[in-house]
Amino acid sequence: MSDYETVIGLEVHVELATKTKIFCGCSTEFGGEPNTHTCPVCTGMPGSLPVLNRQVLEYAIAVGLATNCDITRYCKFDRKNYFYPDNPQNYQISQLYLPICRNGHVDIKTESGVEKAVRIHEIHMEEDAGKLIHDDWLDASLVDYNRSGVPLIEIVSEPDMRSAEEVIAYLEKLRMTISYLGASDCKLQEGSMRADVNLSVRKVGENEFGTRTEMKNLNSFKAIARAIAGETERQIDLIESGEKVVQETRRWDDDKECSYAMRSKEDAQDYRYFPDPDLVPVSVSDEMLDEIRAREPEFREAKIVRYAEEFGLPEKDILLITENKHLADIFEETVSCGAPAKKVSNWLMVETMRLLKENNLDPEDIRFSPAHLASLIDLTEQRTVNSTVAKEVFEDMFKTDCDPVKYVEEHGLATQNDEGALRETIQKVIADNPQSVEDYHNGKEKAIGFLVGQTMKAMQGKCDPGSVNKILKELL
Amino acid sequence: MSYITELDALSLGRAIASGEIRTTEATEEYLKSIEEQDGTYNCYVTVDGDRAMEAAKEIQARIDKGELSDSPLAGVPVAIKDNMCTEGLLTTCSSRILYNFVPTYESTAVRKLRNAGAVILGKTNMDEFAMGSTTETSYFGPTRNPADPEHVPGGSSGGSAAAVAAGECAYALGSDTGGSIRQPASYCGVVGIKPTYGTVSRYGLIAYGSSLDQIGPLTRNVSDAAAVLTAISGHDDKDSTSVDMPAKDYTQALKKDVKDIKIGIPKDYFGEGLDHEVAASVRAAADVLKAAGATVEEFDLSLVNYAIPAYYTIAAAEASSNLERFDGIKYGYRTEDFAGLHNMYKKSRSEGFGAEVKRRIMLGSFVLSSGYYDAYYLKALKVKALIKKAFDDAFAKYDIILGPVAPTTAPKLGESLSDPIKMYLGDIYTISVNLAGLPGISVPCGTSTDGLPIGVQLLADCFNEEKLLRTAFTYEQTK
Repeated sequence: MSDYETVIGLEVHVELATKTKIFCGCSTEFGGEPNTHTCPVCTGMPGSLPVLNRQVLEYAIAVGLATNCDITRYCKFDRKNYFYPDNPQNYQISQLYLPICRNGHVDIKTESGVEKAVRIHEIHMEEDAGKLIHDDWLDASLVDYNRSGVPLIEIVSEPDMRSAEEVIAYLEKLRMTISYLGASDCKLQEGSMRADVNLSVRKVGENEFGTRTEMKNLNSFKAIARAIAGETERQIDLIESGEKVVQETRRWDDDKECSYAMRSKEDAQDYRYFPDPDLVPVSVSDEMLDEIRAREPEFREAKIVRYAEEFGLPEKDILLITENKHLADIFEETVSCGAPAKKVSNWLMVETMRLLKENNLDPEDIRFSPAHLASLIDLTEQRTVNSTVAKEVFEDMFKTDCDPVKYVEEHGLATQNDEGALRETIQKVIADNPQSVEDYHNGKEKAIGFLVGQTMKAMQGKCDPGSVNKILKELL
Repeated sequence: MSYITELDALSLGRAIASGEIRTTEATEEYLKSIEEQDGTYNCYVTVDGDRAMEAAKEIQARIDKGELSDSPLAGVPVAIKDNMCTEGLLTTCSSRILYNFVPTYESTAVRKLRNAGAVILGKTNMDEFAMGSTTETSYFGPTRNPADPEHVPGGSSGGSAAAVAAGECAYALGSDTGGSIRQPASYCGVVGIKPTYGTVSRYGLIAYGSSLDQIGPLTRNVSDAAAVLTAISGHDDKDSTSVDMPAKDYTQALKKDVKDIKIGIPKDYFGEGLDHEVAASVRAAADVLKAAGATVEEFDLSLVNYAIPAYYTIAAAEASSNLERFDGIKYGYRTEDFAGLHNMYKKSRSEGFGAEVKRRIMLGSFVLSSGYYDAYYLKALKVKALIKKAFDDAFAKYDIILGPVAPTTAPKLGESLSDPIKMYLGDIYTISVNLAGLPGISVPCGTSTDGLPIGVQLLADCFNEEKLLRTAFTYEQTK
């Protein structure tokens, strides 16, 4: 088996994070009752006309620039004609002849350390289709056009990948780049990022490519890895047993861990592509390119280097915080409010992550403001609240983005800084617990912990345990 | 015709504005005229009498309150070609496949007319999906020419042109993809304008050849045409091909003055196939303009014979794709018995479309198919560019090009459909205008010895509708 090399190219569809659809003003929001996010345009009604959403163009260009593509300065939309009920016009508006981006590449680094560039053949803009629902009970098929007209970009790579590991590194790189740009959330499970895998095998050292197959329905990195392994093995078995690989589209069934043929090349349709006369050609101006370039964020690689240099954070912290741009933004803004970097990182890595997980949320969903996190950190630094109280405040802040200073005030959670009152309380605790005092004097160091606890309880937690400890030792 | 239905649109509008005639009265008169005559002419697919009367009352109430005073067409009854979507009103494209289609939205041109206080009488007959030159390919039967009911009214906006000529509406909207406004205007003896591509929004116009289609007016005279064009033109955010330019009042161009106008007559337009009576009438029209002070010259336009094949390639290609949405799934005609999805598509479309539409879908699918795209479709686009260049060269020398609209007067019913190639060749003088995106107008210029109307066609460079209207107006007032 090791005499063979796997050759893989990817077609990746990414759903863009625009508020409205690519050619009409309907909402792109996921969910909603069937056919409620629709209008004459995205249901292909007669006489309706498409008008390009400029944000789609800007996102596509931003992705193209970030993946080192040439931007097509005069690009057009084409119609891809095929009959299917999820496609209301029976043609899809896409780009064939003059796609918006061409000739790019991304640099990838795999888990095992392989570094290489994967070339991008093109990126084009197109509209998504509706969703077909087969109702067995009614014995009928129903169509929901809410997704019809949701903007997509299709990123077509060259056949430059040689393993599942490289494929995953490439997809990770795309996901990170595109989500940093804010162009998409790139979730495979939810379908906002979809990958079709073109795969062939050949003997090591051969120059010609083997016959390739295209695999669809891959909705997790694990499914992709399994599908690549499965298809590689299937093709090698065919060749070894003297048979030929047939050029075809195959559907991966991740439960059964095998693929089956959907349609062969012979059944391939003639899509009769031609320029869509309803849309005017798009001219990309220098100003537009400059504006998009100027908006380009600092990407993860640069942040990783900078965080180590500027904040001296451990690698583990940096990798976690930069995993998501929103998280990194919160980190940076909190630090710029004056909070110590490591403290911020701790709050993000421990409490924030815990609450996200418990509430089944993503870092995107974080609502508390960096200024509030900074002031909470300040309260703990000033020992105005102890760590238990701080966690309580943070929980509320996570939910409601409350101002921690006000919260502490309103709930009377501030540590008692009145040493006189504290001394009085401690004296009372000492008087009430002679046994523990005796134990302490007999060398049982642990006994002081009990006395601290009693004092904290008497003070309703509003004191700093360090001070309690200090005063206790002094009075004992 | 009654006194009211004899008035042109602007005169009726003035009479309504002055209170001399009430909108309801005018609407009633037109509905009566339709009832009396449409059994003969079949101009309408749908007459929307009840709602027209309701609209007339509302508009009259607004006029009584002093509203709509800036709209010269307020209260004037209009007919709309049945390929423009009208909210809540059946829109069929004269096809079985849309026999029950009621849009939930309004085409921009119709919305603009409603805003201007128009009363919509109904939807006019046409060649199915605007494919044809005689209004005989309609699923709802042919329209007859009011000048002689044995003859066709032309097409595809034949219902609109005949309705204007017969006094079944004060004016009408048509659409022109290869001559579909100008040719029926010529055959019926009315005025028709095909505006520069991008002047009138196509939103809500059920597409035939998207890169060629334009909506325009069919009217009793040039002044009405200018007023209607003013009302329906202007940029529309819903149509990417609609040109973003300031709104224009085309009636400002209605001046009797052509002293600065240089007119070119393409020699190529007067060759074989042109009826001698038509040729004589058109030349006489040129003489009228010359006498009025215009410079008139003959010149070689070239490429005239390439326009027809280029047009039928491009229009059919676009149509084959535009008409894919009519599949019997979401609306319109669906076959009764079918076995599976593809059989349903095939049967619904086979039974829903007529012969001419099927012919063009097949032709269009062929020229776009893999292996033929370059040889046919791409080549046609190149020819289109060359034709545009030939016109650019001509308009460097002339303000207006003058010629015939069609080679003959209106043929008899049944003569054309048996020979589609002959029918296609009849479009020779009109289609290059659509390929080049130019504005064109057809103005009545005579009558043949057998009593059929003849039109003269004037063309101008893109967005020079004012020159076109001024020349047409001068001719109309002088002849």
